[in-house]
Order: sequence, then C-alpha cells, then structure tokens
Amino acid sequence: MKFRLNWEIAYSLLLARWKQTLVAAIGVTFSITMFIALLGFMTGLNDLLDGLILNRTPHIKFFNEIKPSKVQPIDLSEKLKSSFNFIESVKPNTERVEIYNVSAIMSALSKDKRVLGIAPKITTQVFYNVGAIDITGVINGIEVEQENKLFFFSDYVVQGNYIDLKNIPNSIILGKAAADKMLTKVGDVVQVTSAKGERIQLKVVGFFQSGLQDLDKVQSYASIATTQKLLGQTSSYITDVQVKLKDLNLAPELAKYYGSLFNVDTEDLQTVNSQFETGTRVRTLISYTVGITLLIVAGFGIYNILNMMIYEKMDSIAILKATGFSGKDVNNIFITISLSIGVFGGVFGLLFGYLISKLIDQIPFVTSALPTISTYPVNYNPMYYFIGVTFAIITTYFAGFFPARKASKIDPVIIIRGK
Amino acid sequence: MSKIILQAENINKFFHNPLPFHVLKEINFTITRGEFVSVIGKSGCGKSTLLYILSTMDTDFQGTLKIDGTNISGKTENELALIRNEKIGFVFQFHYLLNEFSVLKNVMLPALKLGKYSEEEIEHRAIEKLKIFGIEKHALKKANQISGGEKQRVAIARALINDPLIIMGDEPSGNLDKHNSQIVFEIFQRLAKEFHQTLLIVTHDPEFSAGTDRVMEMDDGRIIRQ
Repeated sequence: MKFRLNWEIAYSLLLARWKQTLVAAIGVTFSITMFIALLGFMTGLNDLLDGLILNRTPHIKFFNEIKPSKVQPIDLSEKLKSSFNFIESVKPNTERVEIYNVSAIMSALSKDKRVLGIAPKITTQVFYNVGAIDITGVINGIEVEQENKLFFFSDYVVQGNYIDLKNIPNSIILGKAAADKMLTKVGDVVQVTSAKGERIQLKVVGFFQSGLQDLDKVQSYASIATTQKLLGQTSSYITDVQVKLKDLNLAPELAKYYGSLFNVDTEDLQTVNSQFETGTRVRTLISYTVGITLLIVAGFGIYNILNMMIYEKMDSIAILKATGFSGKDVNNIFITISLSIGVFGGVFGLLFGYLISKLIDQIPFVTSALPTISTYPVNYNPMYYFIGVTFAIITTYFAGFFPARKASKIDPVIIIRGK
Repeated sequence: MSKIILQAENINKFFHNPLPFHVLKEINFTITRGEFVSVIGKSGCGKSTLLYILSTMDTDFQGTLKIDGTNISGKTENELALIRNEKIGFVFQFHYLLNEFSVLKNVMLPALKLGKYSEEEIEHRAIEKLKIFGIEKHALKKANQISGGEKQRVAIARALINDPLIIMGDEPSGNLDKHNSQIVFEIFQRLAKEFHQTLLIVTHDPEFSAGTDRVMEMDDGRIIRQ
C-alpha cells in the first residue's frame, strides 16, 4: 500500500515531465544498445579468431620429440660416476617418432572423466609430384570422424565431402592453396612421395581451407590407414595423440601428469598459444570500457534531469513532507523515478541492442581467409544482456541516489516560509 | 470537553544566522479541544516561527512541546512525519496542491499515506469533505484547472481528511481577495461550530481574529495577551 502510493506519486512526477523523462530514458537506451551491439560484435569476432586456433588445436598433444638422449652411455658407467664427462657433438639418434604403446595410452585417456575426446594422428613430410617438380608438403593422417567431432574438420573442407576420406581408399583432401599450385580438381589423382621414397597414387576427394594461407600451401589430409600405407608402417603406428578436455584450463596440469606417466612429450594449449589470450582480453576490456563509459554518461544525464526536477518540484516535496510523508518516502519516490528510467531505458536498450546485433549479423563479410563465415560474427551470449541491464540499473540508482537524498533533506519550513 | 491537545512550556528559539537572535522568548500556553484560536502580531514578531515549531516541522528549539499528551522532543523524523500525518492538518498561505494530480487525489494523499482506511473508503471520505465546501463538482479536475479560492478550499479539505486533532493555518486567507477570504473565514467558523474542530490560525487580519474564540497577541517573541 505504502509502496504503491510512493510509486504512484513517482509515476505522476515522471509523466508530468515526460519529455525530459524520455530524453533520460533514450540516453540509457542508447548506451545499453551500444554496449550490447559492441560487446556482441567484439566477442563474436574474438570467438571467431580464437576459434581459428582453438577449434583446431588440441588442448594436449602427446608426441615423441626427436632429440638427443639426455643420458649418454658413459653416464651409466660405475667407474666414471664421480668424474665430469664431456661428450662433444651429440646428435639425436634414429629414434622412432611413433608413440610407444599407443593403444594403452589411448584407453587410459578415454577412461579419464576430464577428457572430452581423443583423436590419434600421424604427421609426415611428403612431396607432391607435379610433372617434373616436387612440392614439399605435410600429410596429416587422421581418424576422420573423431577429427570432425573434436576439431570441426568438415567446417574447413570447402569442396568435396569430408567423409569420403574415410569411405574411399587411398584418398586425400588437399590444402586449397596447394591444389591451386598443382592445378588439381576434385576427382584427380595426385602422386605423393614419402620422405623415405615410397610412392603412392592418391585420389583427391576434396579441398581444405584453414584460413591460414601458409598452412594451406603445405597441409593435406588423408586417413590414418592411407598414411600408414604410405609410410609402410603397421596399424599401431601413431605419431601424435590429440586430446580435448572438458575444461581447457586443466590442460597444463594434465599435460604434465600424463607426460610423466606415459613417458612421452606433451604440449598444452596455453604454452603453445599464449599470445591469443592476451589479444582476446584486451579487446574485451576495450569493449567493456566503452560500454560502461556510455552508461556513466547516461547516468550524468539522469542526475541532471532529476536535480532539475527537484528544483521544480520543491513545493510538492515540501507539502508532501508537511502532510506526513517522511524523508524516506521522498527518497523512495525519487529513487523509483530514477530506477524506472533505468529499467525502461535498459529494456529498450536490450531490445535495440539485439536488433542492431541482428543487423550486423546480416552484413556480408566474405574473406578467403575465413571460409566458414559469410557475414560478420556476432555473439548473442545472454550474459552481456544481463550485464548490460544490471549496469543500467546500478548507474541509474546512483544517478538517482544523490538527488533523492537532497530531496529527502529539503526542509519544508524554508520552502513554505520563503513564499 | 476540556482535553488539552497542545501544550507549550518555556519554548525558546534562536536564529543563528547571520547573527544570534532570540526569536521566541519563554512561550507558555495550552490549547484545549474545540478551541478556535488565532495568533496575531506584527510582521517579524515570531508568530509564524512559533506555528512551525508547533507543527513539528521545525525541531530546532528549547523547551517542551506536547501534542495530545506526547512530548515530541527526541522523536525521529519518521515519527514526527507520522504525527503530522495523523494529528495535524495544515493550511498555508499558498495552497500547495500537486498539479500532477486531480483535486480528489490531492485530498486523498495524506489519508493514503496514513493507510487507515481502504482506498474506496478514503475516496468516499474525500468526496464528503469536498461536499462540505461545495466543490465536489471539481473533484476530477486537475489541481491547476480550478480558481484560487477553490484551490484554498481544496487545501482545507486536504487538511481535514485524516480528522486531525488540530488544524494549523499560516495566513490561510493572506493570498486571497476579499470575497474568497470571507469564504475561507466562514469555512473555519463552520468547522469550529459544527464540527468542533480545534483550530490555530496565524493571521494579521484583525477582522478575522475578531471572529475567533481566543486571540493570542505576540510582540517581539513574547505572548503579550492570551
């Protein structure tokens, strides 16, 4: 009852000055709109750029690095244990690049609840034989379905069907740039020579475009079986095991743990791509700063309008107090006015922000670097809408706080006697 | 019928700005139920200042003020607001109606604030009060659409809505022409006679004070006749 009465008075005061109220609300609407649109667009772009790396990078990679042995035979000698042994010109030996006992590692990983999925892979250097010349390249032997599930492989296959790689024996998906260089079409057969001299004919079933031109010049994909055949290896030959985790942040810790458990080399995402996080963070920070600045400016607008309203309504405030409204009631009335402007402006801001996001989403954005998108990316995360409206309410509350306090302190005697 | 409604004991008040000034000196009086009291005196003698102290709006004074037997010193702002709401009705020189609201709503506001009756009942009571002064036909008009004399009558109706113990007026006819101030005066007369309403009116109009039960005259911060 009491609240309703205060609300009713606030509402009447608002309507009495509806033009000013509208201007104040438009200020809030505008800033929330820009906040939503800016943040949606910025984070959409961020996600896209991060996705370029994150989608295709395993959180943890297990592999065997080619490197000289840390322990040289002389160190094992009992006799020379107490002396300093110098060995010059140590070289890595012809160690196998495959991971030992890969099936045991994979079954152990697949039992770990923190692991989202695992995809084995073989990476090998090859030459594409085109007429008289050889072009160097890299073939990634992949488990097609797993690769697609974890790393969205099909998104980057711009021509042909990715699943053909599995269904058609001896097939290859070439990098778009490499294919252009070789003048190949889908359905052609290319000859590939492995580093060890094995030659094999592979049918081109599709083209692949990652968005990184340098990568597309050399990379191509084949199934694991095809690659093993090319290398003349058995079906247990796997050079990399790629792991995706449910929680990305656990990567460094788990990489270390499993690395020492299986005695293999590991790489985690954070170590390999430390720079991408920095960029993302800075862009997000800029968006928030601009958005919040807009809101604070709108807050000052509300502050001014409420202050003016208090001067205009001095008499009304005085009589309300004289007839039994307490300072607290007057305070509540003005806070209600301010919050109404904030909520009203904020809700419309969310709506317009959403519409502008939709509009940005329609603008064509075609670039050969990013084959998977045709319009500007926008993030519709409800979190930003929530933050936007929360900030609108907080700013308008503070914008109303000081004028309301001033109104509540008005001494009716001074106003009434001043007449 | 001799219940004391308002009791002032040794009230002193000082203004400190720009120079210390003793405005009210040793004010002592009581008002009993049903009295129609007017306060007269020269301009600057402190009669309005006294009224605002009695109205609980001005709490910066020395001495004791009892309203309906309750000492008001030491009460919080909220408690004082409640006392004003429930027990005191005000009529000022200027009407102070809220232009955003209808006449009826203006009258209803203090009662809605008190919340003693339902909204329908308050509305009914407000119309009853307006009827006393013959202005119920303007009930749904906005407060700024009626004449000055009518506005002052609405202000009196507003003062009556909570059936206050006492109505205080600060030059209630001071802003009106001869005809309208006559009407206002007659209204106060009626309230005193028909409804036995206690009234305390500050005025400088000798004609007005002549028609009241009791005249308090002030000079230089003292009551010289009561």
